[in-house]
Amino acid sequence: MSKIINNVVCPICGCLCDDLEVTVENNEIVKMKNGCAVCDAKMVHGYKSEERILKPLIRKDGKLIPVSMDEAIKKAAQILADAKYPLLFGWSSTVGEAQRIGVELAEELGSALDNCCSVCHGPSVMATQEIGIPAATLGQTRHRADLIVYWACNPWASHPRHVERYTAFTSGRFESSEWKNYMQRLKAASGRKKMEMASKRIARVEPPIKPKVCFTGPPPQMLEQKPGRKMIVVDVRKTMTAEIADYFLQIEPNRDYEVIEALRCLVTDQEIDVDKVGGIPIDTLRDVADAMMNCEFGVIYFGLGMTQSLGRFRNIEIAIALARDLNRKTKFVISPMRGHFNVTGANNVFAWQTGYPFAIDFSQGYPQFNPGENTAVDLLKRGDNDATLIIAADPGAHFPSVIMQNMMKHPLITINPDMNAISRLGDVVFPAQWCGIEYAGTAYRMDTVPITLKKVVEAPPGVLTDEELLSRILKEVRAIKIKRGEPVGQTEITPTHPDTTKPSPTHKTPAKPKQTKKTKERLK
Amino acid sequence: MTEILIKNGFVVDPRNKINCEKMDIAIKDNKIVKKINEKQAQIIDASGLTIMAGGVDIHSHIAGAEVNLGRIIRPEDHYKDPVRKTPITRSGTGYSIPSTFVTGYRYAEMGYTTVFNGSIASMKAKHAHEELNDIPLLDKGTFILTGDWWFVLENLAKNNIDECARLVAWLIHSARGYAIKVVNPGGLESWGFGRNVHSIDDQVPNFCITPREIMRGLIKVNKKLNMPHTIHLHTNNLGVPGNYQTTLDTMKALEDLSTDGKPVAHITHIQFACFKGENWRKFKSGAEDISKYINTHNHITLDMGQVTFSDTTTMTADGPFEFSLYEMGGHLKWVNSDVETESSGGIIPFEYKRNSPVNALQWSIGLELALLIKDPWKIFMTTDHPNGGPFYDYPKVLAWLYSKKAREATLKKCHKSARKKSLLPSINRELTLYEIAIMTRAGTAQALGLPNKGHLGVGADADVAIFNINPETLDIAQKFRTARRAFAHAVYTLKDGVIVTKDGQIVNSQIPGRTIWVDAQTKDPCRIDDDMKRKFKEYWTMEYENYPVTDHYIKVSDKVTVKASV
Repeated sequence: MSKIINNVVCPICGCLCDDLEVTVENNEIVKMKNGCAVCDAKMVHGYKSEERILKPLIRKDGKLIPVSMDEAIKKAAQILADAKYPLLFGWSSTVGEAQRIGVELAEELGSALDNCCSVCHGPSVMATQEIGIPAATLGQTRHRADLIVYWACNPWASHPRHVERYTAFTSGRFESSEWKNYMQRLKAASGRKKMEMASKRIARVEPPIKPKVCFTGPPPQMLEQKPGRKMIVVDVRKTMTAEIADYFLQIEPNRDYEVIEALRCLVTDQEIDVDKVGGIPIDTLRDVADAMMNCEFGVIYFGLGMTQSLGRFRNIEIAIALARDLNRKTKFVISPMRGHFNVTGANNVFAWQTGYPFAIDFSQGYPQFNPGENTAVDLLKRGDNDATLIIAADPGAHFPSVIMQNMMKHPLITINPDMNAISRLGDVVFPAQWCGIEYAGTAYRMDTVPITLKKVVEAPPGVLTDEELLSRILKEVRAIKIKRGEPVGQTEITPTHPDTTKPSPTHKTPAKPKQTKKTKERLK
Repeated sequence: MTEILIKNGFVVDPRNKINCEKMDIAIKDNKIVKKINEKQAQIIDASGLTIMAGGVDIHSHIAGAEVNLGRIIRPEDHYKDPVRKTPITRSGTGYSIPSTFVTGYRYAEMGYTTVFNGSIASMKAKHAHEELNDIPLLDKGTFILTGDWWFVLENLAKNNIDECARLVAWLIHSARGYAIKVVNPGGLESWGFGRNVHSIDDQVPNFCITPREIMRGLIKVNKKLNMPHTIHLHTNNLGVPGNYQTTLDTMKALEDLSTDGKPVAHITHIQFACFKGENWRKFKSGAEDISKYINTHNHITLDMGQVTFSDTTTMTADGPFEFSLYEMGGHLKWVNSDVETESSGGIIPFEYKRNSPVNALQWSIGLELALLIKDPWKIFMTTDHPNGGPFYDYPKVLAWLYSKKAREATLKKCHKSARKKSLLPSINRELTLYEIAIMTRAGTAQALGLPNKGHLGVGADADVAIFNINPETLDIAQKFRTARRAFAHAVYTLKDGVIVTKDGQIVNSQIPGRTIWVDAQTKDPCRIDDDMKRKFKEYWTMEYENYPVTDHYIKVSDKVTVKASV
């Protein structure tokens, strides 16, 4: 028996495409329509991985042994309650509801709390804290943008439907899709390639080595005359996205700051004394600047190539400043290409509960924010923490080895659906449900639009949702603390209608005489 | 069953025309009742104290995507004001945009129990509701930005009021909102391409409609839907010198729509829309003209949007305004956040300085308006939190209103422009406790159409604030500091019949508060057929099915059902 579920939200990248059509047969996804290849890989195949953890595991004598859920929760709570300064890290691939409980758990433990943002778009957040950001939702670009710049990112591979759904290849109210033009160009290019190959075979000449920096497509001043949307890609190498762009600028690695600053100078009519910046001739940059100034609605999307290369948050700061300057001439917005599907949500949930988006420290009983000190990598490098909880992330595969060594010196609790690198290293390994496939919740798209993920299939029996698991760990931690006589916080406000509020235990309160005394004193 | 008897306090309850009378308030469960069994009940001795209904804030930005972005970009603002966890309260951070829990606690400490959120874009409504759920101790609702929604523009341009009403009803329902919010009508759509509208008769590019038509159309829609609140209006040209003329034009344009003498529009943060003079150099107060008009007309209510001289964060859906504010220079951060087919937005951290001629005059304009408008049922006290100042400054604003001495004390420290260019120094009016209760509770509740809030009559919600003010012995105008302290820390705040704060300290943080939203039931609900769905798909980057806020986003729902006439 198969059923088709419409408008399923894809829980992979920051695009959160919500138009998937999923066919479910015997509690298994067998087909998925509309999604990209990455989506297909996870939604149809990946989630059924053989590496799936189905029972909680505890490391005993160096080996992971399956145990009951209660035992694992008790053990994890014991580790966290015994630790002086645990670190709770991850959060970007789980739903907002679980992140909320996470903040409460961190507060109860007095721990450090950080999300994956600190190793991807943390610099973007910091740049926003420096100078703000002129942003817009993705639909705004779809309807209005006639100039799209992808800077240091490769959406063709990382956000495969970004171009198709939100920018150049979609039609909006005021702008139409460039898809047809692209197909024509593609055909022409493949024809040209065939001819080249044929002539090469005939002449048997080695192809000339390409210059280090190259441009493709018509120069921007001609681009300006091109009707419809224009797409410019700036990157250090020719990516797939560059192939589909109208114009590609290949800059030298780690030169983003200089190139953007040069563009800013050109936009604000200042003179530049050099001929080349970042390997790009000034004349070319002048053409790009003109194209930016003469558009109706321009947008820059930037990726990790900018946040994690030399200059880090300063790169973003200058890019934002460029977009801001361009707003004096036309309408221009800029937006980060957030990676994981709910890393934006982690920033938002943390911010409304604590005031800070990431790199939070609760050790003083109140939230403190200091990226560079409380960020996971820096904290682990100093070896400050004495226990770690990793949820919905795999630093085991992505963190530097020194840092992983420090992490391994202390107990490690992991919550992940499958046996990834970090789960293999864990001391207490919890199974988890795939959010967006096995349980519903809220995720935030890269432009902070909240979308509800759907439940499509049933989770394996006995596996808890992140939300439930964290609540149970929190409850257990509190129970341990109460036993020790330490003060604990109250559990989340129970959603009860005031009609059903319990009777107050103090019917005849002795507060009366006290109160009058106090108030009388006050009046005096 | 909880029963509470508040004895011997001086009750100030303007809705029931009770002015500082000594009487008892009986509470059973979460309602105020006529009589209870005194022996069974918990007694609160309020002798020598003033009892008012819990405060009702008509306009305050406490939740939503924009508010949260404001939190994210201002760590330096939070450093000043960390809030430690206690066994009963959550930790967080304060200042100009406090974290959600702190928002709830601090409002409750001041005796506020109901707060309405200034504006949210419907597309991001889920976010706002998630935040509202995390604000304890308050009943809350939120206004939905409707004025620049493409469906509204298109239908109003065709003068298709009935169809527009059905769509607006759908939008308010799907965003679980409380009222129609109109921000810089036409201007937000124009801002999509970096432009703005500059008078109520400017054409909105691409839509063949003017702001005047949008406002008038939405008032008609509001009436057809029988919404409890009027439309909530943020006028065109906000924050631009000379804009008092636009405000007057706006009010005149809406005059004929009020047929029963009741208000048809609430103009919010009027202080920012009351500037006279051609430019900032010739900046003057337009409060006299506006108040003259309001004193002779009944179709508009206002709130102050008072400036309180603090380092705060301005945030509004009025993107073009924030950009022009940024262009004035001196600001480090500028955030713009457009929302497709619906709205835009902007954030700028801003410090109102006493020694700035413009800021000093802004301060006096707000107070002038509140004092020159004779009827306190027409103008309410807000700071447009956090635009004019954070809501913890309400006691300060009240002090300026009830005490000339307090005003003089601040005027002395202000730039001379506040003295020279406004009427404030010549105004002797000092508000009474009765008038203050109207401006902070009774009036706002009436304007919002909340029959059970803002008063202490039988059947009202048991939201009570008790202040340490003895009207018989304390002359609030003279001892304004004592009274200000009393307003800052209520002796008791009761929410839904439960004592939540005592002596300005939270004693119970477990009352979640309700989310009040309106379900306007149209006779013939908006037809969402395939054609319509296709249109949704064209307009938004989100599927129609995934757009509405579902019930699980609202922790405690308080649905207000109204019967619409379409």
